Amino acid sequence: MQEFRFDLCELPGETEGLRQDIRAFLKKELAEIPAVTRAQTWSGFDADFSRKMGEKGWIGMTWPQKYGGHERSFFDRYVMLEEVLAAGAPVGGHWIGDRQSGPLLLKFGTEEQRQTILPKVAKGECFMCIGMSEPDSGSDLAATRTRAEKVDGGYKVNGTKLWTSNAHKAHYMIALFRTDNDDKHGGLTQFLVDLTLPGITIRPITDLSGHAHFNEVNFTDVFVPDEMLVGTEGSGWAQVTAELAFERSGPERYLSSFILMVELIRELEKQKGEKGAAEIGRLVAHLTTLRQMSLSVAGMLNEGENPALEASVVKDLGAVFEQNMPVIAHEMTGIEAHIGTGSDFEQVLGYLTQVTPSFSLRGGTREILRGIIARGLGLR
Amino acid sequence: MNELQTILSDSVNGLLGDRVTKQLLEKAESGEFPQALWDEVEANGLTRVLVAEDKGGAGGTWADANAVLKAAGEHAAPLPIAEAVLASWLLDKAGIAVPDGVLTVMEGEFRLDGDRLSGRATRVPWGRNAKHAVTLIDGEVGAQAVLVALDGAAIEEDINVAREPRDTLTFDGAAASAKPAGLDGDALALYGALIRAAQMAGALAYLLRQSVQYANERKQFGREIGKFQAIQQQLAVLSTQAAAAGTAAAHACASADRQDDPSFEIAVAKVRADDAANLATSIAHQVHGAIGFTYEHGLHYATRRLWSWRAEFGAGAHWAEQLGRQTITRGADALWPFVTAR
Repeated sequence: MQEFRFDLCELPGETEGLRQDIRAFLKKELAEIPAVTRAQTWSGFDADFSRKMGEKGWIGMTWPQKYGGHERSFFDRYVMLEEVLAAGAPVGGHWIGDRQSGPLLLKFGTEEQRQTILPKVAKGECFMCIGMSEPDSGSDLAATRTRAEKVDGGYKVNGTKLWTSNAHKAHYMIALFRTDNDDKHGGLTQFLVDLTLPGITIRPITDLSGHAHFNEVNFTDVFVPDEMLVGTEGSGWAQVTAELAFERSGPERYLSSFILMVELIRELEKQKGEKGAAEIGRLVAHLTTLRQMSLSVAGMLNEGENPALEASVVKDLGAVFEQNMPVIAHEMTGIEAHIGTGSDFEQVLGYLTQVTPSFSLRGGTREILRGIIARGLGLR
Repeated sequence: MNELQTILSDSVNGLLGDRVTKQLLEKAESGEFPQALWDEVEANGLTRVLVAEDKGGAGGTWADANAVLKAAGEHAAPLPIAEAVLASWLLDKAGIAVPDGVLTVMEGEFRLDGDRLSGRATRVPWGRNAKHAVTLIDGEVGAQAVLVALDGAAIEEDINVAREPRDTLTFDGAAASAKPAGLDGDALALYGALIRAAQMAGALAYLLRQSVQYANERKQFGREIGKFQAIQQQLAVLSTQAAAAGTAAAHACASADRQDDPSFEIAVAKVRADDAANLATSIAHQVHGAIGFTYEHGLHYATRRLWSWRAEFGAGAHWAEQLGRQTITRGADALWPFVTAR
C-alpha cells in the first residue's frame, strides 16, 4: 500500500508582502461587486478584471520572462490563488490559461506556440478553454471520438466537444482529438485550436442556475495546421494526465463555497446568539485542514514531485466540504434561498445551492477520483 | 522527517510492532499491566522525547513527539505512553525532575497547601498502574505543574470503552512537588487534546492499512472484495479521512512548537480527528464484515480506542464550539486573514 504524503509546508515569509498587495488591490476592485457575483469565484468572467490582473503581473507568475511571465516562486502564485478565491474575484477569464494551458504549452508546446500565445495570456488578453469531454466521452476520457484526420499541411477535424467552460469567450482551445482509431490511449493528440477557424460553431448551454458558462463546440471539416499540434502525435493521453494533476491540486478545490461560509458567519453575527457555534467551528476545522493539505501538495509540486494521488485526496475532500456548505447553511438558519432578490446571504445560498452538484463532477468525478485513490491504495 | 523523527519512528514502531501482540492486548484488557513493555519503552527514552537533553531526554519538539504519539495510537499500545510524554513535558517546563516508572496525567479538583495535595481526579489513565501523576493547578502566578506519587492515593478503578484503565484518584494531603510551568491553567486539557489527536491519527492509519489488507485477502463471488468498486470507493473515503486527521495533528504539533498559543490548531486537530474517526470506524467495520465484529479479530482494539479517545480531553463538539464562538466573535471578514496568518 502506498502511503500518502502530506508533509507540512509553510509559506515563505516573503510571500506576506504580496498577500497584502493583493488584498489591497482586491478590496478596491471588488468593492462594488455583490456577494452573489463574487460567489462565482473562478467561474466568474470579467475581461477587464483579467486585464488588470495581467497588468499587476499576477498571471503567469511562475513562467519565464521571455514568454511574458514573471519568474516568481510557486508559493507566490499559491498566495495569489487563495487570495483571489477567498475574495471571490472574477478570475474565470484567465483561469484556465494561467492554471492549465500555460503550463501545458511550457512543457509540451513548440517555441512558436509559446511565443504567440503565452505573453498574451499573461497580459490577461487571451483566454483559453479545455476541450476534453464529448457527448460519449465524460469520465471515460479515452473514448474521445472527435477525429483529427491527417491531410496535407495539417489535420481535418470533425466532431463535438461538450461542457467546454468559457468556450464562447475564449480565444483558443487546447483540444484532445483522436488521430488513430485503432489505439485507444495511444491514438489521442492535443492541439491548440484558434476558435475563429471556419467550421467551428459554439453553442452555450444554460445550466440549471440559469448561467451559461459551458458550451457545445462543433467541428465540421475544420483545418488545423500542423504547427498547432501540441507535443507529439499519440501522446495526448499522457499529456492530459499530467495536466489534470495541476487541475486537481489547487485551492479552488475547497474554496468554491467560501463566500457562503463568510455570509453564514455574518448572518450568525447578526443573530447575536451562540446558536450554531459548533457547526461553524467544525467548518473552520475542515477549512484549516484542507488548506494545510492543499499547501502540502503545492510544496511537493514546487519540489518537482508528482503528488497526483495526494491531489486527488484534496480534491475529493474539498468537494465534499464545498458541497456540504449550502446544506449546512440551510439546516442552521432555515432561511429560504433566493434568486435575484433578498439579502446577500439569501442570494449566495440560492446560487451555491444550485451549482454545488457540479463541484464533484468538474475536473474528474468523485467516483473517478476515488478510483484513482483506490489504485494508489493497491486495490486495483 | 528529520533525523530525530526517523530514529524515533523506527525505534517506536519496531518496538511496539513486535511487542504489542493480540495476546498482550487481551491480557491488558483483562487487567494485566504490561510492565515489561513499559520498562523497554522507558529505557528507549520514548516517553522523554520532550525533555531537555541535559535532563536525560531527547530534547525533541512536538513535531518529533508526534512520531511517538502516532505510533502509540497505531499499535494500540496498552500503556500511558502519550500521557507520559505530556507529563514529562510539563515537569520539564517546571524544572521538576522526571521520575522513573509509570507516569500519567490527571485532571481534577485540587487544593495545594504548601507541598501537600488534596482533591480528586476522575478518569485518570492507568491511575492504578502509575507510580506518579502530573497535573496543572491554576494559581496567582499562572499554572503550577504538580508531581505526586500515587502510593498514598485512594483508587477507584474504572475503564473506558477500549478497556483502558480510567480511574478515580483521591488525595488527602499527599506529598507533592509544585513549580510554575509557564502555562495557562487549561493547558492540560489543551495538550491532552493534542496527544489524543495524534494518537487518533495513528489509529486511523492502522484502520486504513488493516482494511486494505483485508480487502485484498478476503474473497467473495470468486474474487477479492477489494476488486469491487463499492469497496474501493469506501476505502478511498477512509484513506482521505486518515490523511486529513494526520495532517491536522501534524499541523497542531508544528503549531505547539511555533506559536505561543497553539489552541486554535489543537482544537482543529481534535475536531478533525473526531470527525474522521466517526466515518473511518464505520467503514473499517463494514469492509471487515462479521469477522471484524468479533472479539477474536483485532480490529476493535483500534476502533474502540477511537470511540473512547474522540471524547477524551474534550470531544470534537466541545472544541468546535470554542472555535465557532471565537470565529463569530472575530467577525465574518476576519476569518480569512486569521486562517492565513496561522
